[in-house]
Amino acid sequence: MINHPVLSDNDPQKETITLNLGPTHPATHGVFQNILEMDGERIVSGVSTIGYIHRAFEKIAEHRPFYQITPLTDRMNYCSSPINNMGWHMTVEKLLNIKTPKRVDYLRVIVMELARISDHLICNGILGVDTGAFSGFLYLMEEREHIYEIYEEICGARLTTNIGRIGGFERDFNDIAFAKIKKFLVKFPPILKEFETLFNRNRIFIERTSGVAAVDPEVALNYSWSGPILRATGVDYDVRVNEPYSSYEDFDFDIPVGTTGDVYDRYIVRNEEMWQSLRIIQQALDKIEKEPKGVFHADVPEFYLPPKEEVYNNMEALIYHFKIVMGEIDTPKTEVYHAVEGGNGELGFYLVNDGGRSPYRLHFRRPSFINYQMYAPMSAGMLLSDAIINMSSLNVIAGELDA
Amino acid sequence: MGKINNQQVIQSLTSKFGDRITVPTEPFGLLTFGTSADNILDVLRFLKEDGELKFNYLTDITAIHFPELELSIGVIYHIHSLTNNIRVRVKVFIDGNDPRIPTATSLWEGANWMERETYDFFGVNFEGHPNLVRILNVDEMTVFPMRREYPLEDPNRVDKKDYFFGR
Repeated sequence: MINHPVLSDNDPQKETITLNLGPTHPATHGVFQNILEMDGERIVSGVSTIGYIHRAFEKIAEHRPFYQITPLTDRMNYCSSPINNMGWHMTVEKLLNIKTPKRVDYLRVIVMELARISDHLICNGILGVDTGAFSGFLYLMEEREHIYEIYEEICGARLTTNIGRIGGFERDFNDIAFAKIKKFLVKFPPILKEFETLFNRNRIFIERTSGVAAVDPEVALNYSWSGPILRATGVDYDVRVNEPYSSYEDFDFDIPVGTTGDVYDRYIVRNEEMWQSLRIIQQALDKIEKEPKGVFHADVPEFYLPPKEEVYNNMEALIYHFKIVMGEIDTPKTEVYHAVEGGNGELGFYLVNDGGRSPYRLHFRRPSFINYQMYAPMSAGMLLSDAIINMSSLNVIAGELDA
Repeated sequence: MGKINNQQVIQSLTSKFGDRITVPTEPFGLLTFGTSADNILDVLRFLKEDGELKFNYLTDITAIHFPELELSIGVIYHIHSLTNNIRVRVKVFIDGNDPRIPTATSLWEGANWMERETYDFFGVNFEGHPNLVRILNVDEMTVFPMRREYPLEDPNRVDKKDYFFGR
């Protein structure tokens, strides 16, 4: 920051203490470092140092064909990687003018909303831990495990999912997957309810979070905030409603907003979004019943890899397989921006294509990166312990922050 | 949901700026136009503060490098009007040898890190930026790695030479 009062430790004028908050271990919130000037327990000013796990995804993406970029997106917000995967697939589909069948859209909505729930579970669970209540976190982690089992049934992976393909999914959801989703819809609500009774009216939790790091909507918009933390300030901006993708316009759900934008409001908004996600998943399951069975990808042989047994026995499939893998198919020379509502805000993909097999330029609009820049300025004047829970409630994921 | 459409945005932009902006295009419905580094702040301020357009939300700032062009670095702004639910994309192409453009931090605080990231990877000097230093790369780095002349891998590494693979 400007006017950051950094005097050397030997300087007799120095009355503040320089405190290195972090870098912390990746297993906690991620690798964050904040160099704080402390006056007693109060923060005078701070500087955020980021980039500890920068992996140059944008540069790597310029050298990879479209379908090999999906695993890179996994590793951005790894708490809700399916949303990143789907966002990338939809960007490419927009570029290539691929229209996906409704059933594919609904299947995607199910996966994305499950991912949103797991993302919010982590954030609110950790917020509980940071305010001194460990039990809520333990209850919720079991439910996250159930969500990961559903991913496992759909795509075989748990954390970095690489779920879906350009045009749809690599295979249809099997019966076990549907059974697990239905079971989750029955078993999860009582546990979320129990979590809420533990926290929502808990006096210690309220006194710890209410009024902490309150943000005005004007300030939040000025800092380009998005996602639950923006909605907690009272701005009803949600990409799912403003620019519906993947047939979100077919669903009936509410956008919860807060009033003060403090840590407590962010917690409440996230909890309410989980209830809305459950509503959406239920509606999606009902809608899928009415769609033709067995449709799990769009009919785009130029971009969707054919099944392996056909490649070995069928000439057309072999040709398409070869053309896709070797990147022999012309793509439009244009640019496209596509945004999805990620776990912590507007996740945008800006893709400039020159007609080759890999993007000319791919830029990720990463909500964690943009949301986090206000952290140091807003920490000034805050107590250290408030700054800690402020960071938990921003839900900044280091992988996405550094890309 | 949107109260105004792209045509109205084009109209008010051309009536205000005339030939100071390039002819707008609409790839995938997203209004795109270019301007020059001298005019960018005026354009952004007009978009943000006009009573009807209200492009109050800065979505993203990034850059792109076309080494074969005379003005080789493009700085790209994505701006969103939340009340009208409409986006625009503004492009400014500047000289790659001396890339300079005024900062947008006077309009949006959120531009701070976006411009630092763009500086870090493309070396664009945002004039007037309060703290234009590297953000994701190490401070000691001397190059701007997202420019096209820097290859992904170190070209001097020997472990991938053809003769190791019998070629």
